[in-house]
Amino acid sequence: MALIDLANPTRFLNLVARVLPLLAGAAAIAFAVGLYQALLVAPNDYQQGATVKIMFIHVPSAWLAMFCWGAMTIAALGTLVWRHPLADVAAKAAAPLGAAFTFLCLLTGSLWGRPMWGAYWVWDGRLTSVLVLFLMYLGVIALWRVVEDPSRAARAVAILTLVGAINLPIIKFSVDWWATLHQPASVLRLGGPTIHPSILVPLLVMALAFVLLFLTLHLAAMRNEILRRRVRTLRLLQARGA
Amino acid sequence: MNALGALLVRDMRIAVRLGGGAPIGVLFFLIVVTLVPFAVGPDLALLRRIGPAILWLGALLASLLALDRLFAADHEDGSLDLILMSRVPLELAVAVKALAHWLTTGLPLVIAAPVLALFLDLDPAAIGAVALTLLAGTPALTFIGVIGAAFAVTVRRGGLILAVLVLPLTIPVLIFGVAAANTAIVGPVPFGPPFTILCALTLMSLVIGPFAAAAALRHGME
Repeated sequence: MALIDLANPTRFLNLVARVLPLLAGAAAIAFAVGLYQALLVAPNDYQQGATVKIMFIHVPSAWLAMFCWGAMTIAALGTLVWRHPLADVAAKAAAPLGAAFTFLCLLTGSLWGRPMWGAYWVWDGRLTSVLVLFLMYLGVIALWRVVEDPSRAARAVAILTLVGAINLPIIKFSVDWWATLHQPASVLRLGGPTIHPSILVPLLVMALAFVLLFLTLHLAAMRNEILRRRVRTLRLLQARGA
Repeated sequence: MNALGALLVRDMRIAVRLGGGAPIGVLFFLIVVTLVPFAVGPDLALLRRIGPAILWLGALLASLLALDRLFAADHEDGSLDLILMSRVPLELAVAVKALAHWLTTGLPLVIAAPVLALFLDLDPAAIGAVALTLLAGTPALTFIGVIGAAFAVTVRRGGLILAVLVLPLTIPVLIFGVAAANTAIVGPVPFGPPFTILCALTLMSLVIGPFAAAAALRHGME
């Protein structure tokens, strides 16, 4: 089924109704396996003890936080370039999810930082750039809310998302230049990961679980948004008829 | 070219005659700089240390807060429709409007900064560094700010949200501007690298700002 076929919301809703239970089940299984491996199988760190378990939530949230902006960027291109009718629905549904993952990343990070660094928050490069990402998610959500007409809001948000996609790497680079204390990237790097497989495997399973969770929640949120717009249209028609 | 020149002259004339563009911006800058010692105390050593940061923050807020009505005012009196319908590319018209705004708001801030630096007891080298970084950096602030100003046409009841959208985008400019200015005071880092990156950020924003703002205007006016 091509992407253009999904331009028909009814067809999309039918697809969601079929796919959603499967995705939710897969996410539940991946979480069960991932959490079991992360909490019971993976060894404690010889320095950090059991607090290293926070990583299995923290790192996938950070990945998803960035992944959501990537998804919103593609949706923004869909809105502006291809005028795909569901692109702005996808973008709107992704923004709160991205904000939630970013918040989860910040929250687990500060709970982890307290015993390890001695402070809930330090003005370190990576923490700061994730905080900026969180602020930009909140800005996008706010922009969705202040413009009443959904299609006008969609185009404004799409431009903001694209500008953000150009700016986020620059912000990240400049903030890293400004100060850094956080450890450098150790999974996705040239020369292979520096993490031992006993920790890397559960981490990747958790990452898969997070991606499945995102897909489940995203499709559900898109379905809700389509239904919400239908209700809005029906209300407008009703008000006109009355 | 002629039309763009006329637009530049018109915008500068409006800024000078109505709404008191430049003096109000400088006055706001002065007030921000005056408020800081009340907040952190009249310790000159401390103020000297954080002086470039205060001046940069003041200039950032003054140049961005003055910007929100740039297109909204033109939208209300209909001249934005004329600009959209004219044969001049909208991106160039946006760039010219931003340039006019910088000349009437940003440049006075750069000129006022050395005077305000005296309040913060900066030495001549630091004053020179702050003025130079502001001269290189304030165009970036204006050209990033025009994106927010273009959203103001779509977002009628805007207000604070435009600042919320635009301020995170100005973080790199602030980082490298203050870093370059601080090298004259502390810092083992030489002045060159952060200043060069600041100039690069300005050049990038000169490109991205007009295109993004023009796109936002086109979609906002539909």
